[in-house]
Amino acid sequence: MESILKVNQVYKYFGGVKANENISLTVKQGDIVGLIGPNGSGKTTLFNSIVGTHPIDKGSIYFNGKEISTYPVPIIAKLGLLRTFQQTRIYNKLNCIQNMLISAKPKNDNYFSVFSKIPAELNNKAEDLLGFVGLYQKRKLRAGDLSFGQQKLLELAMALMNEPKMLLLDEPTAGINPTLINGIIDRLIKINKEFNITLLVIEHNMRVIMSLAQKIFCLAHGELIADGTPKEIKNDKRVIDAYLGVQ
Amino acid sequence: MKNNILLYLIILTLGLTAPFLFPAFKLQISILWILIILSLTWDVQGGQMGYNTFGNILFFGIGMYLCSSVQIGLFFPLSEWTASGGEKTFVHTPTQFFQGFFIGLILAGIVPALVAAFIGYGILGLRGHYFAICTLGLGIAAGEIAGGIELIGAGQGMTSPPWPKRIGDTELRSEFFYYICFLLMVCTFLFLRWAYTTRFGLVLNAIRDNEDKAEAMGIYTMRYKITGWIVSAFFVGMAGGLMGNMIGYIEPVETAFAGRTFGVFMVLMAILGGKGTLWGPIIGAAAFHIFKEGFWTFFLGWQYVALGALIVIVVVFFPEGIMGWLREKYPEKFGEIIDEEDRKSQVKL
Amino acid sequence: MDLLIFQIPILMVQASLDGILLGILFALIAYGMALQWGVMNIINIAQGELVILGGYIAYFMYQAGIHPAYGVIVSPVIMYFVGWFLYRTIIFKVVDRDLFISILATFGISILTQQLMNFIFGSDVVVAQSNFGTTFLFNYMVTLPNAKIFAAGVSIIFAVFLVFYMKNSKLGRAIRATAQNARAAKILGVDTEKVYAATFGINAALCGVAGSLIAITFTLHPYVGLPYTVRSFMIVIVAGLGNLPGVALSGMGLGIFEEFADYILGTEFRIGSVFMLLVLILVYRRFKLSRKREYLK
Repeated sequence: MESILKVNQVYKYFGGVKANENISLTVKQGDIVGLIGPNGSGKTTLFNSIVGTHPIDKGSIYFNGKEISTYPVPIIAKLGLLRTFQQTRIYNKLNCIQNMLISAKPKNDNYFSVFSKIPAELNNKAEDLLGFVGLYQKRKLRAGDLSFGQQKLLELAMALMNEPKMLLLDEPTAGINPTLINGIIDRLIKINKEFNITLLVIEHNMRVIMSLAQKIFCLAHGELIADGTPKEIKNDKRVIDAYLGVQ
Repeated sequence: MKNNILLYLIILTLGLTAPFLFPAFKLQISILWILIILSLTWDVQGGQMGYNTFGNILFFGIGMYLCSSVQIGLFFPLSEWTASGGEKTFVHTPTQFFQGFFIGLILAGIVPALVAAFIGYGILGLRGHYFAICTLGLGIAAGEIAGGIELIGAGQGMTSPPWPKRIGDTELRSEFFYYICFLLMVCTFLFLRWAYTTRFGLVLNAIRDNEDKAEAMGIYTMRYKITGWIVSAFFVGMAGGLMGNMIGYIEPVETAFAGRTFGVFMVLMAILGGKGTLWGPIIGAAAFHIFKEGFWTFFLGWQYVALGALIVIVVVFFPEGIMGWLREKYPEKFGEIIDEEDRKSQVKL
Repeated sequence: MDLLIFQIPILMVQASLDGILLGILFALIAYGMALQWGVMNIINIAQGELVILGGYIAYFMYQAGIHPAYGVIVSPVIMYFVGWFLYRTIIFKVVDRDLFISILATFGISILTQQLMNFIFGSDVVVAQSNFGTTFLFNYMVTLPNAKIFAAGVSIIFAVFLVFYMKNSKLGRAIRATAQNARAAKILGVDTEKVYAATFGINAALCGVAGSLIAITFTLHPYVGLPYTVRSFMIVIVAGLGNLPGVALSGMGLGIFEEFADYILGTEFRIGSVFMLLVLILVYRRFKLSRKREYLK
């Protein structure tokens, strides 16, 4: 299998703070890969680096063979690499269906195509996906009125609407009612298997990530300290020490 | 749908017959059409896209100067016209007047649009209050700079070409400009109404609600920000060209780059009527114009004090505007569903 | 374009000195704006109008026979209450809303105040004569009205006094705490409403001082407020919010720029050049930040 994402010795500094130091990881197409680490270890910074939110200081990032570290955010998104945010980002004055419609990839994105009407089939697709995440009932509500957990689901549905090749998920189960987490796990597995979307998931919930991922990378204080299968990671002393605060 | 068509027909009929029903108010209603154009186009940036601009008056002024300059310059030396005080030295024939007017008007739309396209990449890269204050600076700087250019009359300003007396009196003149204003307003409205039904409308809203998210979903936001500005500039420029002709005398800071008056009005009207909606700016313009015309005489001398107070009151106590207030009260009429439980449970920290 | 100034070096000295003295005055106004922006997240478009209003107080004293220099004592006292009043009636409602609402609200106040001043004081350009005389330097080639030197000196005194006050007084500490974290300050017992009202009042008082100085060194007119607002805004964004020495330096830099622009472009383009500079600074910032894929927040 091809590696769809290759992060090569990436460094990112914020002033004097070493947010990412010499991070290298690969994600094989079709996998679900986990990214774990204690708070402040640089996981979200790495996501931001990968999708182009900020430039990196050193290193390279390859997506489907293309070097993307100098590309701006919309171009990377168009290549099929999307991410969700820890603090949900949705269009709060629009209703859920509109959020979905604007998230769809337009058929041809030349300059004048923006003045075409949104095709009606897209409505059906939007409703299907909203049903998939369990938001069908709420589809006419304003997105800003949804609860935090519901907004997270909407964000997921919006990402699916865009038909990405790979999805970076930033703590998809944080803030979700524990009884609903199994539903999320099932949906993520389905997204991976049926929609054929590779997933790179930041998670704090060990149960979730262990049951989802084929491979896990662990960051601590900006560096990659361990990687392996869930079983290997679970028993890795370095990982345990990082979480327990032992240097 | 049926209700809409009826409404449009009523407005169309009223608009077309107003010069004959209310002949004394031809100029006032013409200005109403201009105000509607200004608030509708402001709303493209301010209400639909979330980019509150104080600088659309830049296009108004450019259009105004350009239209009259072309009208004059096509047939006479412009600098002599402005130096001598206009019609005292040169007189247009009717053919010349109308030729010049229509060419001038079209250019008054195209050139500001090009300006918007040119400066858009720089200016629209700013966000929020920086964008607002930058555009404020642009509008005022333009007025100050125009006040220093001799060719267009510098601080004294210039007269716009007078109506050719041979073909009619002032009544005909008022009617002519009235219908052009009405036509321009209808075109602006229809264009925006159509544009908002396309993907463009949703793109603008997405930029307003979360520009970073829109970019992260693959939307080239800069492209559409500039497009919106070009559209506004086009219609505002022509409105400026018309206004210059109607008023007859163009002063750089008071008439053309009229930040203190029209520049402020366009923001106030859109907010008063309800920004982010199609009819909000129209209702706001109508309400404001009626208020202004009706009470201006009563306030006599205190007009702008009342204006300032009105801005404060609307902004502080009534920022969602008339349409916003209606939407909250009767959401079903707007096709919206509001779940009261969800709304109440949104905690404001 | 008149490049005479570059051919006569002594003119450059004149312009620079004028600019520095002027700039110190600008910096005082900018300090007030930064205070408000930092503590309450409000950009006060009416800043210039508060300055002019403060100036009219000094002018009023001048008309009543009192030497207008005493305006620097009387004006801030009156303006403090004006600011406090504005906060309690209008500003308190827009403090926790988004920034554009505060811009619009203060813009409305700016228009209101402009027109009120126009109504009350008339639209003539006025000056309050201080009769401080002139200082001559470099063998009478450079003239500096003593009023300008007085203005710069008073500005520095007030700025220094305010810095000490903010560092050492109870209110000053409360203000700084609220600026850093309003919610925490509230929990710890600080009356944030009082702090905000006081901050707005202090800003207005600073404008009052600046206005009185402008009354004796330049001219007053109801409509010249906005350029002062724009100048202080420019200084704040160039210097950064917490950077007091930066504010002073940027102020002086702006003053020098204006004086040179006056010589080169002509006095009729002076105000226009200030606004153009604003646009240029913001656009320059925008392109510089976009390299790092950031934007001005």
